[in-house]
Amino acid sequence: MSRSRKPRVLVLRAPGTNCERETAFAFASVGAEPVTQHVNALLAKPKTLDTVEGLVLPGGFSFGDDLGAGTVFGALLRTRLLPRIRRLVDRGGIVLGICNGFQVLVKTGLLPALDGTEEQSVALAANVSNRYEDRWVTLEATSDNAFFTRGDRLDCPVAHGEGRFLAQDAATLDLLDASGQLALRYVDPAGHLPARYPFNPNGSTRDVAGITDATGRVLGLMPHPERHQFPWQSPLFHAGLAPKAPDGLLPFKNAVRHLRRAFDLVGAKR
Amino acid sequence: MPTRPPAAMKSAPKRRSVSAAKSARVRALRPRAGRRETPPRPPAPPPQVLRLDVSVRADLLDPAGRDARAALAQVGLPHLESLGAVRLRRVYFLEGLLDLDAQARAIQALTDRVLDVAAFGPPAPPPSGTVEVSVMRRSGVSDPEAETARGLLRSLGLAVTQVKTARVYRVETPASIEALGGAARRALGNDVIEEVLAGAPATYHFPHPLPVQAARLEVPLRALGDEALVALSRQMGLSLSLVEMRAVEAHFQRLKREPTEIELETVAQTWSEHCKHKTLAGAVTMTEGGVTRAFKNLLKETVFAATQRLAKPWCWSVFQDNAGVIDFDGRDGVCMKVETHNHPSAIEPYGGAGTGIGGVIRDILGTGLGARPVANTDVFCFGPPDLPDSEVPKGAMHPLRLLKGVVAGVRDYGNRMGIPTVNGAIVFDARYVGNPVVYAGCVGLIPKRYVKKAARPGDLIVAFGGRTGRDGIHGATFSSVELSAQSETVSSGAVQIGDAITEKKVLDVLLQARDQGWFHAVTDCGAGGFSSAVGEMGAEVGAEVDLAAAPLKYPGLKAFEIWISEAQERMVAAVPRAKWKRFAALCASEGVEAFVLGRFTRNHRLVVRHGKTLLADLTMEFLHEGLPKVSREACYAAPALEEPTVLVKPSYDGDLAALLRMPQIGSKEWVVRQYDHEVQSGAVVRPFMGAQQGPSDAAVLAPTLGSRRGLVLANGINPAYGDIDPYAMAFLAVDEALRNAVAVGADPARIAILDNFTWGSCSRPETLGTLVKAAEGCRDAALLYGTPFISGKDSLNNEFRTEDGRLIVVPATLLISALGVIADVRKTTTLEAKRAGDAIVLVGLTKDELGGGHWYRLKGVLGANVPQVTKDAPRTLKAVSLAVRKGLVNAAHDLSEGGLAVAAAEMAFAGDLGLTLELGALPVEGTLDDPRLLFSESPTRFLLEVPPEKAAALGVLLLKARVPHAVIGTVTAEPRLRIRGRLGEHDVLSSSTADLRQAWRSALPLPTEVPS
Repeated sequence: MSRSRKPRVLVLRAPGTNCERETAFAFASVGAEPVTQHVNALLAKPKTLDTVEGLVLPGGFSFGDDLGAGTVFGALLRTRLLPRIRRLVDRGGIVLGICNGFQVLVKTGLLPALDGTEEQSVALAANVSNRYEDRWVTLEATSDNAFFTRGDRLDCPVAHGEGRFLAQDAATLDLLDASGQLALRYVDPAGHLPARYPFNPNGSTRDVAGITDATGRVLGLMPHPERHQFPWQSPLFHAGLAPKAPDGLLPFKNAVRHLRRAFDLVGAKR
Repeated sequence: MPTRPPAAMKSAPKRRSVSAAKSARVRALRPRAGRRETPPRPPAPPPQVLRLDVSVRADLLDPAGRDARAALAQVGLPHLESLGAVRLRRVYFLEGLLDLDAQARAIQALTDRVLDVAAFGPPAPPPSGTVEVSVMRRSGVSDPEAETARGLLRSLGLAVTQVKTARVYRVETPASIEALGGAARRALGNDVIEEVLAGAPATYHFPHPLPVQAARLEVPLRALGDEALVALSRQMGLSLSLVEMRAVEAHFQRLKREPTEIELETVAQTWSEHCKHKTLAGAVTMTEGGVTRAFKNLLKETVFAATQRLAKPWCWSVFQDNAGVIDFDGRDGVCMKVETHNHPSAIEPYGGAGTGIGGVIRDILGTGLGARPVANTDVFCFGPPDLPDSEVPKGAMHPLRLLKGVVAGVRDYGNRMGIPTVNGAIVFDARYVGNPVVYAGCVGLIPKRYVKKAARPGDLIVAFGGRTGRDGIHGATFSSVELSAQSETVSSGAVQIGDAITEKKVLDVLLQARDQGWFHAVTDCGAGGFSSAVGEMGAEVGAEVDLAAAPLKYPGLKAFEIWISEAQERMVAAVPRAKWKRFAALCASEGVEAFVLGRFTRNHRLVVRHGKTLLADLTMEFLHEGLPKVSREACYAAPALEEPTVLVKPSYDGDLAALLRMPQIGSKEWVVRQYDHEVQSGAVVRPFMGAQQGPSDAAVLAPTLGSRRGLVLANGINPAYGDIDPYAMAFLAVDEALRNAVAVGADPARIAILDNFTWGSCSRPETLGTLVKAAEGCRDAALLYGTPFISGKDSLNNEFRTEDGRLIVVPATLLISALGVIADVRKTTTLEAKRAGDAIVLVGLTKDELGGGHWYRLKGVLGANVPQVTKDAPRTLKAVSLAVRKGLVNAAHDLSEGGLAVAAAEMAFAGDLGLTLELGALPVEGTLDDPRLLFSESPTRFLLEVPPEKAAALGVLLLKARVPHAVIGTVTAEPRLRIRGRLGEHDVLSSSTADLRQAWRSALPLPTEVPS
C-alpha cells in the first residue's frame, strides 16, 4: 500500500557548507521534504539516516577546503557514518553530492565505489587554470540513472577551484566508462564533445562533470543545478529564450520520482 | 578551556617607565606560538617534531608549481632562459609522538590517495641544479590550515600537539641561491607575514611561550609638557594629537591620578580617526574665492542633511548603526555597508583584503540584531598594472602583485562565506602606487523587528567566534597615519589574517540565536577589538569586563593586547543571563567558542580587569564625549586648466581599440570569474552577460528564494574628474551609480546610496578643501536626484612617503554605491544587443565634455571641460527606468568611460551582433566634431535597443518626459561596429566586434585563457 508522504531528504551541512538553503529549496519545490541538519547533530544521532530516503551534501567549503577540498568532511563521514550511508543506498535511497559534496563523496570512497569497495579511486584536482572560476556550462547526461536519462541536457553554473576529474589510472577510467558511471559530461554550446576550455571549465578527463556509483543512485557533480531553479536565472532569460522549466530542477525532479517509486510513496499534493 | 594566566601578583610593580614597557612589547612580538590549549608549565622537554612532505604525483600536472614558475619569471629571476620546472610540496611539521602506524594514518588523513605522494622524515636532497625554496608563515601569524590539520589528526586519535604548514618549491634553475631567494621573496611569499628561505631544507621549532602576568601599568602623564606628551603619543603608537593628549592629561589631573596603559589605549582607539571620524564629523572653516563658510559638523551639514531633508519613509535606520537599513518588502529590510582596508592591504594584500571583506561582513552581521549577508561588492584602486619594476618605490609592492593578492584575498574570504560577490570596479592611477585603495561592501537582509537593539544593564557581555591573538594591534591607529618606506617592517603587527570558516560558523549561530531572541544587542569586533565593541555597546549603560576570561590563540599576550587586539571573526552580544546556557549550547553544537567577557552595568563606566587586577576605570562620558572639538581650516581654489586642441582624423578605430585596452575600461574577467557570484541562487543580472560576455552595468539579484523581489547594486567612481572639480566629481559619481542601476531597470525613486571618501591628509587645508567640495557635491546631488545617503565611511591620510621623502597622495577618491529595490527581477534588462533589426536610441544630450575623461587621458591630457550634471538628469533616469520596466527595450547600456564609442562597442561584442550608427543623428548641445561626439563623457546618457514594434511607444514615453533622444542606428547581424561621421561622408569607425572584444579582453596583463 502506498504511503502518503513526501520523500524525506537529509541536507547535511558542515562548517563552511554554504548551498544548503537553495538545495533544500529545490528539493522542496519538486515535492520532497528536505531536513537540513548540521553534521554534529547527525553524529550525535546517526539513526536519523535510517529515517530518510535521501542524503544530500550541498556545495560550499566544508572545513574551509583546508587540506584539500572535501578532505576533512570526507574523513569524518568515512570514519563515522559510512556503513549507515551504504545501508541507505542499499535500501534504494539516493545520495547526491554537489560541488563540495561531490568532492566529499569521492574522498569517502562512496564514489565511484568500483567493485563495491570504498577505496578512493578518482580525484578532483586543482583546475588546470589553478584558479577558482565561476561560469555557466552545458551538461549532457551520458548514461541512465536515478537522476538523469541519457541525452538530458542542462545549463547551470560551475563555481570551483578543484574540479578537474581524473582517475587513478587508465584502466579505472575505462571501467567507469564501460559501466556507464561517467554520468555527466561538459559539452560545448552546440552540444558537442569534446568540450574545450572554457566549456570544459577545469580540464576534466573526458569532459567528466559528474559520476555515479554502480547503482546509479549515488551521484556527484561539480556544477550547481540548484542555481538554475527559476526561469530568470538562465543567462538566456533577457533574450526571451530561457526554458520554461528551469534545467536545474531536472535532477531533483528525477530523484523525487525515483524515490516515490522505490519507496512506494505518493507525494502530498503540492 | 580558555587560557587563564594566574591573577596578577599583589607585589606587581605599580610603575614602570613607558619606554621599558614599549621595549618589552617589541620583544614580545617575536616569539609567538600557535598552540591553543593550556601550555605545558613548567615547559616539558621539546617533543618530537616530524616533517611530512606531500606533493602531486610526478606524472600529474602540478598547476601550483607551474604558476610559481610563471611568477618567478615575471619578477625577472636571473638565468630565466634556463629556468626549468617548478614543483610544489605541501609540508607539515607535526609536533607529537607518532609511531609508524600513526604516521601512516596521518598520511592517509592529510593526502589525496589518487593525486599525492607523501613521506615522513627529512626529505631527500633535491637533485643537483634544483634549489628548494621554503615559504612559511611567521610565528604568531595565523595558520588556519595547520589548526584544521591538528584538529583532524587529534579527532583520529593521533597524539599531535602542534602543527605548522609550509610551502616548499623545488626549482630547477642555475641561478644562485641568493638570486633565487630574492626573486622568491617577491614572487612566492611576503616578508611581512612569511619567512622565505632558499637553499637549506626548512625546519621548524615550535615555541612554548609562558603566559604573561597581568600588571597594572601606570603611565605618568600629569607632569609632562607639550613635547613630552607628543613624544609619548608617538612612542606608544597612540596617534593622538597634542590637543587630544592635553585633554587626556587634564582629565586625569581632575581625577588626581595617572592613567593606566589600558586607559590610554582605550582612549586612543575610541578617539582615532578610524573610529570617530574627527575630520568629517568635525568643525571646518572653508575659504573659497575670498569667502568663508563654517561647518559645525561637516558630515551632518552635508551628506546627512540631505538624507534628513529627503525624509524617505522607506529609510528605516540611517547613519546610526553599523549599516543603514531601508525597506525591502515590508517584512524585511535591506542594509548595506562599504568599508576601506587600504593600509593593511598595502603591506599584505591577501590578508588585508580578506579581512577587509571579513570586517564588512561582520558589520552586516552586527547591524540591528543581525542581518543575513546576501551580496558582497568590491572596488579597488591601484597604480598602473604595467608600471616598470624600477619605478616601484622601496617599501611598496608592484600594483599587479597588489592586485593579485587583493583579488585572492577577496575570493578566498567571500567565496568561503557563501556570499556572492556581484559588483565592483577597478581604478588605475599612478598616485595609488604605495597606497592602494580597497573598498569592500556587504549587503544583508534583516527582518523589521530586528532592526533596533540596545544592551540592557545586567546583560552578559558574551564574545563568540575566533580566539584573541596579537593580530592587528593598533590597526585603528595605524590606519589613521600615512604609509612610508618603513611601513612594511614597523606595521607588521597590524596585519591580520582571515579565517573565513570561523566567521561562517559565527554567521550560522548568530542568525539562529537571533531568531530565538537570545540577545538584546550584538556588534562586531572591528578596529579596536573588544575595546571598541564593548565601549560602543555599553556607551548608554556601562560595562565591566574581565580579560582573563578571553580564550587566547597562544599564551603570552599582555592585558592591553587582549583588550585592543583586532583578531578577526569575533562578535560581542548582550545576552540576558537566563538565555546564556542555551546560547552557549548552540555555539558548542556548531563548534563556535563563546565565553562571558563581563556584564553590562548601569553606572556609565567602562571598567576593565584581569582577574582581580583593576586595569581601567573610565567614565563613558569622557570616553565618548571627551574628544576635544577642533576646527580645521580648509581652502579651495579651482585649478587653472585648459582644453587641448583636437585634430580631427578620418578614422578612430585605433583610438577605440586603445580605449578598450585601457585597464580601467578593459575586461576585469581574470578578477571577476574568481568570485562566486551565483551562490545563494539569487543571481539574475551577473557581472558578464550575453553570448560573448560583455560587462554589465549593475547586478540584479533575487535574495529571497522563491520571491521575484529584487536588489540592484551599482557603483560610481572616477577620481580623474576630481582633479578638475571635486564638486562636479561628486555629482558624476552619484550620476554614474544611479544610471548604472537604472540601466538594468532600477526605479530611481527606490534607490539609496552610500558614500566612501578616501582622501590624503586633511591637515593640509587644500586637501580638506577638496573634501568639503565633494561633501557639498554629495549633498546637492542627493537632493537633486531625491536619493538619500544611508551609510558612509571615510578613510583619510592615504599617502605614501618614499625613501627620498617624496609624498605620493592618492587622488580625491569618492565611491558612491547604489542599492536599489525592485518589485520584480523579471522586469530588468541587460547590456548586450539581442536582435538584428532593432533600433538603437541614444537618450541624453552630448556636449563638449571630455575633461578628466578617458580619451583625453589616452592623449596624456586632463582638459578643463569636466562633465556637468544638469537639473534634467532625474527626469532622464525616471524615463529610462520606466522604459525598461515596461519592457519597451531589448537592451540598455549607460554611456560612461570612453563615451558613446566604448558603450556601443560593448553592446555589440557582448551580443555577438553589430551596430551601425550615425553621429549626425545625436542630440547635441552646440556643434561637436567627430571625436567629441564619439568620446565625450557627458553624464546621464544611455543607449537603448528597441524592437520595431515598440519604437513608437518608447518615443512617446521619452517625448512626454521631455528627455532629449534620437534614433541613431540599428543592430546588424554582421558583427561589426560601424559609425558614420557627423557629416555623413564616411565611417569614422569600422571594426569587427571580434577585434574590439579582443582589445577589451587584453587590457590587463593577466591570463583569461587557460595556460597550456
